[in-house]
Amino acid sequence: MTISRRTLIGSAATGAAMASLPMGRARAAGGKSIKIAVISDFSGPYRDDGGPTSVACVEQAVADFGATQKGYNVTVLKGDHQNKPDVGTALARQFYDQGVDLVIDVPNTAVAIAINGVAHDKNRAFIDSGAAGSSLTDKFCNAQSIHWTYDTYMLAQSTGGAMVKAGGKSWFFVTANYAFGHLLHDQTAAVVKSHGGTVVGNVNYPFPQTTDFSSFLIQAESSGAQVLGLANAGADTVNSIKQAHQFGLTKKMKIAGLLVFINDVHGMGLDIAQDLILTESFYWNLNDRTRAFTKRVLPRTPNNYPCMDQAGCYSGTLHFLKTVHAMNNMAAVKNGAELVAAMKKMPTDDDAFGKAYIREDGRFMCTAYLFKVKKPGESKIPWDYYTLLASTPANKAYMPMSEETACKLIKT
Amino acid sequence: MSDTALPKAPPREMIWGFTGAQSVAFVLMLATLMVAPFVAYPVFLMQVMCFAIFAMGANLLMGYTGLLSLGQAAYFGMGAYVGGYAVQTLHLTPEAGVALGTLTGAAIGAVFGWLAIRRQTIYFAMITLALAQFVNFFAVQDTGFTGGENGMQNIPRGQVAGIISLHSDLHLYVFALVVFLIAFLFVHRVVHSPFGQVVKAIRENENRAISLGYKPAQYKWIVFTIAAGLAGLAGALNALVTHIVTLTDVGNATSGIVVLMVLVGGIGTIYGPLIGAAIIIAMQYYLASFSDWVTVIQGVIFIACVLLFRRGIIGELAAKLKFAL
Repeated sequence: MTISRRTLIGSAATGAAMASLPMGRARAAGGKSIKIAVISDFSGPYRDDGGPTSVACVEQAVADFGATQKGYNVTVLKGDHQNKPDVGTALARQFYDQGVDLVIDVPNTAVAIAINGVAHDKNRAFIDSGAAGSSLTDKFCNAQSIHWTYDTYMLAQSTGGAMVKAGGKSWFFVTANYAFGHLLHDQTAAVVKSHGGTVVGNVNYPFPQTTDFSSFLIQAESSGAQVLGLANAGADTVNSIKQAHQFGLTKKMKIAGLLVFINDVHGMGLDIAQDLILTESFYWNLNDRTRAFTKRVLPRTPNNYPCMDQAGCYSGTLHFLKTVHAMNNMAAVKNGAELVAAMKKMPTDDDAFGKAYIREDGRFMCTAYLFKVKKPGESKIPWDYYTLLASTPANKAYMPMSEETACKLIKT
Repeated sequence: MSDTALPKAPPREMIWGFTGAQSVAFVLMLATLMVAPFVAYPVFLMQVMCFAIFAMGANLLMGYTGLLSLGQAAYFGMGAYVGGYAVQTLHLTPEAGVALGTLTGAAIGAVFGWLAIRRQTIYFAMITLALAQFVNFFAVQDTGFTGGENGMQNIPRGQVAGIISLHSDLHLYVFALVVFLIAFLFVHRVVHSPFGQVVKAIRENENRAISLGYKPAQYKWIVFTIAAGLAGLAGALNALVTHIVTLTDVGNATSGIVVLMVLVGGIGTIYGPLIGAAIIIAMQYYLASFSDWVTVIQGVIFIACVLLFRRGIIGELAAKLKFAL
């Protein structure tokens, strides 16, 4: 075999093309460097409920903790999971491999369950604030993950329970066809039935590509049910409620938005959203502490007030940093199970959620508030949207640990 | 494309079907792939190899046989689901999972190919697309097996032969590299075998091949099945690498991506699919922060590729240097 000069050049070019791909793995810096990655929806239906405002809240927590004064170098990274579990896992894996200590937020239960598995695999901490699926502390619970803010069980108990008690006995569901929608539908249907109501029908719509809900709404209307249960979230909820208005559905049926954030109410406008009953575990205008927190964070996110998901990112990050500081052992921080165990031992206290704690199975225990959306005339200041109807204490709002639960952490 | 795919006259001194240039390129590729995990992110590299296998199969169809399939994701996705299921639920070893994925892809390919090869050109492409839609529909519906919109999650990587754990990225990398090399040498062998010569003859002039006594339908069917098997192999390997199988893997976008990889890399070249896969996956990884814009950027690259260098990167390179790569 003879090798000509040309052959050599050609082969070298091929090799160079392969070697010159833009790459490079960041190394975990030593000392008191902490990396937090916000994985959220930055482009899709959950952008306003998570996304940039979640990042702002995490940065606020870093500032409120006084990271620089205490000698920590905290880096906040972000990644867009595009509501695809495969993109989310790839991102999480990459972040953890780059030495990220905590992944936070992750709206979308399907993506959250996937990242939950990666956190366990890599033994790194994961706080989910944005996803609703109660299976995160049930079937998929693990020693590395904490489910902050809220879950489907709590929404079903609070909003679902209140609607049935107010006389909405027969329900028709419009459900986002993935993990979260199914859980929210199942758990709300259970609450409806336990209060003596009936479920007339259910229709699953493809997520996240659906923007036209007309055919599903017409099915709901023709079912003759009293209540339209929307087992969806974010821009989907906004679209379905707006379209229900256009069809005049709201005159015949009551709408139960089973997961509505304040940003969605803002997106709909009070004309459409008025009188909607909903549940959040945080409202910026709830008390002096929440108002103080909101005042601090608003300069970072002037056009979008934080909802419970984003406030949960603040609360979770703050508690994580406090725990890291209390442990005073940077090697132990890299051990997700050890870190999360320490976080569970320490009670939480912050301006967004007040005093609370994290249960053994990773459930953050905070109060659930039932709100009614104000009429346009009642709203006095910007984002003054809610009237408090009732509050459910944490031990009533969340799925009890003793029964039903499939969490391996509490079997012993 | 014929002059890029074949040297004017096959050179005499060939090692295992490799020309001098190709063997140097092979050694360089091997060296690059062995050093790469210490420089770059291993999971990214493993995905490049998975999609390179996938694209090599598609290239066999498109480049060497002249059949454009728009439904390759069906075999990739089902290979991934079955491979993932075998490892996760049946607790089989990863090599068994990958083998099952390959068989699944090949089996579905054999059935679909039998139908599709009855028509040519755009009709062939549309039949493959329609059949792939069936598979996609099945994946969306069947929440028990495929997990529907949630996908099949937390697939373990398992232990090779029940001994060597693939949990560490480096171990899995070696495993993926071995699988990739086997697939690469297999494709190389197929292309340079007498069988491959007949296939290329059919691409150039089907009627003349018939007049020489060959039955094009049989050859096309076999190539289609091989391509589907390689897609299944790639899918199953990808399931192990990423721990997850979702609707993306069986969707139309994936079918399109693999065509794009072949075109960008160089249709009808041996090294083209690898380069094409590396470029497209690198874009998905490193441009992820642009989210939806990634598809727009991919579209621009596709247009640029078709307008400026129709033979793809490796194709143009080979044409410049006047030998086959």
